[in-house]
Amino acid sequence: MDKRDLVVVGAGPAGMAAAISAYESGVKDILLLERDQYLGGILNQCIHPGFGLHHFKEDLTGPEYADRFMKKIQTLPEIEISLRSFAVNLTREKVLIYLRPGEMKEIKAKALIMATGCRERTREMVHIPGARPAGIYPAGLAQKMINIEGWLPGKEMVIVGSGDIGLIMARRFTLEGAKVKAVVEIQKETRGLIRNVVQCLEDFDIPLYFRHQISKIYGKDRVEKVEVTAVDTGTKFELTCDTVLISVGLIPENELIEMAGVEIAGEINRTSLPGLFVCGNSYKVYDLVDWVTRDSARAGEMAAAYLRDLG
Amino acid sequence: MIKKITCIECPQGCRLEVDVEGGYVVKVTGNKCEKGEVYAKQEIENPMRILTSSVLTKGLKIIMVPVRTSRPIPKARLLIAMEEVKKILLDHPVRVGEIIIPDFLGLGVDLISTRDAI
Repeated sequence: MDKRDLVVVGAGPAGMAAAISAYESGVKDILLLERDQYLGGILNQCIHPGFGLHHFKEDLTGPEYADRFMKKIQTLPEIEISLRSFAVNLTREKVLIYLRPGEMKEIKAKALIMATGCRERTREMVHIPGARPAGIYPAGLAQKMINIEGWLPGKEMVIVGSGDIGLIMARRFTLEGAKVKAVVEIQKETRGLIRNVVQCLEDFDIPLYFRHQISKIYGKDRVEKVEVTAVDTGTKFELTCDTVLISVGLIPENELIEMAGVEIAGEINRTSLPGLFVCGNSYKVYDLVDWVTRDSARAGEMAAAYLRDLG
Repeated sequence: MIKKITCIECPQGCRLEVDVEGGYVVKVTGNKCEKGEVYAKQEIENPMRILTSSVLTKGLKIIMVPVRTSRPIPKARLLIAMEEVKKILLDHPVRVGEIIIPDFLGLGVDLISTRDAI
């Protein structure tokens, strides 16, 4: 079994910041695992601006923000990068199993930082009645299709939820020539940034319905229309569309930590197991990547301090 | 004519009432600081936006390369600019910040890559 001082799982903004900061705090044997074929995580698909205003005092797009950290890591041979490496098991003894093309690796770490990000809440979690045709996507998945894979998932969309990803996707689809019929929000106000309401919806005259919800999805093979209901009055209307995007929040991804029987502690980046840390959106869902960078750098320092104490 | 807009200079999001005559701002109310007035004037008289999109590649390791305009362009030109972006087929490696189309649409801004693509 291989042995490492520090293993960081996930090379998005959290994992990259944690690995760099651990190195700068004195850790010289670091393995950085990333399941995708490149570093950067979700930032690669967030091609819109608005990143880095605090950390770099510049307005960057997601890929540009990620690039700053990627370039830095590539100058540090003490951080070994393993791409296409998918962690599948973790124990309390800090033994991590991961898969990569052609092999299964088992590794014993003195310290571990989990930076596995978050996952999107799905249609099933918000209980939208109706049929189950093709054309219903989590908004972040649709973002990956359009920005990474180069597919347009539909031509006429209705977006459920006014979180930032939903708003950003409303603009993205409009720019690509799709018609966004409406954004439907059950609350009284948006959960997204005001800047995004203005620049993603108002700029393109996209209607935003507060206190409304999708009460039914119709369609045999493909989405054909949705029924929208006003929560307070019960008034209903229909919108024809071929696609429904679900943007109803994010959940920290902590399956491996749970698998090890470990809990996330109250104090930031800590778990109930000494030497096992968690940072970024897998600790809590952040609004801004700048704060992910700041807090994940702290996780790197905490892991370095733990390793120093081990001697 | 009174136009109602939301200031986006900071997260407070002041609701501004802007008195507009002949396309020009004559008075702004509802702003809690002077940034609101500057924002309202720009936003009513000549709104500008950074355009971000992605372009198709040929023979590179990634299918789509993200791009943006080097500076904001007039909001009214966003959809026209997208028609040009959609025509691009990128067949050579680019670095972050590298110019893909100089003086894009004659707007005095460049269309640049926002990611390394080899």
